[in-house]
Amino acid sequence: MKFTVDWLKNHLDTKFNNNQIIDKLTNIGLEVESFESSTSELDTFIVAKIINAKTHPNADRLKLCDVDIGSDKTIEVVCGAPNAKNGLLTVYAPPGSIIPKNQMKLSVSKIRGVTSYGMLCSESELLLSNESDGIIELKNNKYANKIGEKYFKNTSEKVIDLSITPNRPDCLGVRGIARDLSAAGAGKLKINKKSNLKYRGNQNINVTIKKEKAQGCTIFGSCLIKGVTNKESPKWLKDKIKSLGQKPISAIVDITNYVMFDLNRPLHAYDADKIDNEIIVRSSSKGESFEALDNKKYILENDMCVISDRSGVLGLGGIIGGTRSGTEYSTKNILLESAYFLPRSIRKTSKQLNIDTDAKFRFERGIDPLSFEEGLIKASELIKQICGGEISNLDVKKIDNYKKTIINFDPFLFEKTTGFNVENKELIKILEKLGFDVSKNKKILKLVVPSWRPDITQSIDIVEEIVRIKGYEHINTSEPIKTRLKPTLNYYQKLFHFLQRSVASKGYLETVTWSFTDSKINQLFKENDEEIPIVNPISSDLNVLRNSIFPNLLFYLKKNLDRGFKDISLFEIGPAFKGKNPGDQLTLIGAVRAGKVSRLSWNDKERIVDTFDVKKDVIQSLCEAGIDKDDITIDDKTPSYYHPGKSGGVYQNKKEKNALAYFGEIHPNIIKKLDIKTEGLVIFEICLDHIREPKQKIKYSKSEYKFSDFQKSERDFAFIINKNFKSQELVNIIKSVDNKLIKSVRVFDVFEGENIPEGKKSIAVNVTIQSEEKTLNENDLDNINKLIISSVESKSGAKIRS
Amino acid sequence: MSDIKKIKNDYIDKLNTENNIEKVNNLKSELFGKNGIISNEFKKLGSISVVERKKLASDLNNIKDELQNKISTKIQEIETKEINLKLEKEKIDVTLPERNIEIGKIHPVSQVIDEISSIFSEIGFSVEEGPDVENEYNNFTALNTPDNHPARDMHDTFYLDNNKELLLRTHTSPVQVRTMLKGKPPFKIIAPGRTYRSDSDQTHAPMFHQVEGLHIDKNINMGHLKGCLNYFIKEFFEVDKIKMRFRPSHFPFTEPSAEVDIGYEIKNGKIVIGEGNKWLEILGCGMVHPNVLKNVNVNPSKYQGYAFGIGIDRLGMLKYGINDLRAFFETDYRWLSHFGFDPLDVPSNYRGLSR
Repeated sequence: MKFTVDWLKNHLDTKFNNNQIIDKLTNIGLEVESFESSTSELDTFIVAKIINAKTHPNADRLKLCDVDIGSDKTIEVVCGAPNAKNGLLTVYAPPGSIIPKNQMKLSVSKIRGVTSYGMLCSESELLLSNESDGIIELKNNKYANKIGEKYFKNTSEKVIDLSITPNRPDCLGVRGIARDLSAAGAGKLKINKKSNLKYRGNQNINVTIKKEKAQGCTIFGSCLIKGVTNKESPKWLKDKIKSLGQKPISAIVDITNYVMFDLNRPLHAYDADKIDNEIIVRSSSKGESFEALDNKKYILENDMCVISDRSGVLGLGGIIGGTRSGTEYSTKNILLESAYFLPRSIRKTSKQLNIDTDAKFRFERGIDPLSFEEGLIKASELIKQICGGEISNLDVKKIDNYKKTIINFDPFLFEKTTGFNVENKELIKILEKLGFDVSKNKKILKLVVPSWRPDITQSIDIVEEIVRIKGYEHINTSEPIKTRLKPTLNYYQKLFHFLQRSVASKGYLETVTWSFTDSKINQLFKENDEEIPIVNPISSDLNVLRNSIFPNLLFYLKKNLDRGFKDISLFEIGPAFKGKNPGDQLTLIGAVRAGKVSRLSWNDKERIVDTFDVKKDVIQSLCEAGIDKDDITIDDKTPSYYHPGKSGGVYQNKKEKNALAYFGEIHPNIIKKLDIKTEGLVIFEICLDHIREPKQKIKYSKSEYKFSDFQKSERDFAFIINKNFKSQELVNIIKSVDNKLIKSVRVFDVFEGENIPEGKKSIAVNVTIQSEEKTLNENDLDNINKLIISSVESKSGAKIRS
Repeated sequence: MSDIKKIKNDYIDKLNTENNIEKVNNLKSELFGKNGIISNEFKKLGSISVVERKKLASDLNNIKDELQNKISTKIQEIETKEINLKLEKEKIDVTLPERNIEIGKIHPVSQVIDEISSIFSEIGFSVEEGPDVENEYNNFTALNTPDNHPARDMHDTFYLDNNKELLLRTHTSPVQVRTMLKGKPPFKIIAPGRTYRSDSDQTHAPMFHQVEGLHIDKNINMGHLKGCLNYFIKEFFEVDKIKMRFRPSHFPFTEPSAEVDIGYEIKNGKIVIGEGNKWLEILGCGMVHPNVLKNVNVNPSKYQGYAFGIGIDRLGMLKYGINDLRAFFETDYRWLSHFGFDPLDVPSNYRGLSR
């Protein structure tokens, strides 16, 4: 909403200066976006000096001038003026300028084969005089120091631009803003002058509002103005229209616009002679069409509120008029419309047709249903004043009567909500200035809400009005209440934080990527999940919700590889979507590691990152987050985007259905499809939702401290075993021989090839044996050794290597 | 006697010039071995008179001590020399690089979320979360923003179906709705998370982060709201004083509503929070609208309170001097390394938020 301070002062008697007004507007909730002069077409004309004028090589009458236009810039201009000479100060118009005389827009052009950048101007071209014989000659003493500066002073008044929240349609007119300011003590709202307009004759174009279910119009006020002379608007009116950032069109159109911005009362003027017999306000039928004033043809759906005559649709009520009945300079008789349209109907229609106009914006938010008469009178007066003509009696058709909103307000609610007290007297004064009708009934205030405030329907709205006008600075700053109702984080929120920092501490950079991704990449990772398309994506390569974190992670990994980085570790913790309903999502960590370990190290042998690097990262992170390593088992079934032979799943319990995590190499096909060029690429993912919350009641209590001081013994075993036999199984078999005595089993060598039969491998393990009751003697140890060997041999088919 | 003294002097001389540990040991056995010179002298003691014996024994003992001391000093001296020589040979270039350090980082958004959670935890708030995909009711209708409300236009919404029933939440406010629907008052929560609007330019990203705050109890008023946010902003920017301004505004789900500005100035091209006479909008807040409370089965005549919504990314940009919002989500290795935080730098109240 734009307006000038001058315009505001038409409605407000105030001693406030501009800055005080700006501050007050902000303080009462009318946010000032900007306060500056509107730009003028004349801003581009600048003072310049001809440095060198020489004859045009191809035309004797033309000159080529090197022109100093300030800030160390010199440009070449072709000029036909006889008085163009070295050292002359004159006015220069750069390309893009609009020449006031003929409204031509300058462009860079070739004149007789030489390019001219802009033009030097005569007085007549700038409408300063009729002198057109040569270019302006500026006086040296006045302009010598002003080269490069604007020639014309910008005299336009500064414009206030407010951002009006959707609940305040009343402030989409200058008068409403003035009213708010007056309530806040910034001046006195001027009383509207009583009109002494004389009406002659009746409005004899019949108006009918059809009684239909979907009728979007409840009031249609109108009058005829006969014998007008439409013309250009007078300067004051043009200035007002320009200050809104709009172009003046003709007096009649400008007046209706002016009244809309002045009183927040949209109007529409029809050329009465173009109306076929009568006006019918009705709902449209599908397929009807009309050409609107924005020169577009609209094809209507059912139940849009249209203003029509016998020939068809004239316009969309409250949104946009049509060209068929539009006013022109030749218009002699006008039908002026001032109606009330229902916000819901306006919103629906404008959304369907995708039209946005100033009138639509206002009706959609709700204008004052009682303002139709004031608007008609104000506009009629102005039209008579500027265009002449005779005004008929006002004609009003209604299908609904306005019902007052009444609120019984208990002033205590104010203090209860805001925490501070305002005396009843002051409170009543504020409300009255805002236009409320206040009467007292014991402690309760009976308030009649002004018709221009459709946003006010209940007591809390009144609290807002009072505190807003009184000023938010009166609200106390209370000490924060520190009472805690429950722990800050629950188990899974803690897990989130632990795992996030735990993974980062393994050398991974955390990233945050979109929750959506490219369906083409996503489908490589979605497994059996349904694809979840976004109906209106921001771009076609971000068109689905991600089913996995890897599509984005690998996309950005590739970008970083393309930047020349070789060893990259990235991870993200966030949602992946399993369905399109709220809650169909899992919290996942996805991590990628590319390149080499110990690259270019002077003392370590460099190697490509491998599955056991990420296996370490994932297991260690899980342990750091509180999962017992002894509970973890590994499986080799993984999603299809993993390398089928070089990946694993991590389970918290053998019987668990869902893996906590997967790790391993990515499937070579995917690397190929995504065209990722790197020496090695391994990934892991952790699903936080699949981690079981421990049932322990007292979380901080550690388990019992057990240790043994008796001597421990270590024994090494090497077995020849089937190649596909999992080392984890072997370890479990050994452990199960005696859970108490066998403290640990470590695989320290795996070997295939020479001396080992085809299809077999050798696994060497180190077993630590210790009793909690005694020192084991050779006999005890021998027994265990034998048991270990016999168990392994019988359960796994392995043979001890001798 | 003089013989012994002479022997002693001879050996002291020999030891003085000797540098070989074996030869020193040879001298030692010459003197103290089974048939060593000194050992033999001691054997002679039995065959002389008592008077002489006393004298000679004492002299012998002195000489013995002197020689033994000399020998052990010498041995130590030679050993030290040898060790030093050995260590000198073992010297390495310690300025050669260490084994590769792999430094991970926490994303600024995560760090800021942790900072915010830590601050609100101090004044008793707990953390709630909600899904990224929401239904139209929780995101709009329950929050007093019915379908025909122009306020819906302020949110450019991503939809997942043509009926506009399912959407990506445009703010974290639906967590308010979920929290209140599943529990009973009082409520005191914050809800950080991802939010989405179909808007992308220099200062907008289609995904960003918000933290919602909600405190509902019997007597919570706007003074508490002001106090809470004043505390938060001071703590977050780690300054003693903050210039803060509450400005009336409008959100359908709060009334009265406010936008909060903080004072700032530009010093040497950097933004300084808490001073100066420029204002920067950082959050929206207000008293929860009675209609919202009714929608979630909380009796507005018994309970009332405030809610607020803060843009996390923007807050981080301000605090840490990051200029470009979109860079947050572009996963540039250089950017992440530069703006990321050390994983051990966990924001906490007792240690201070940032290090």
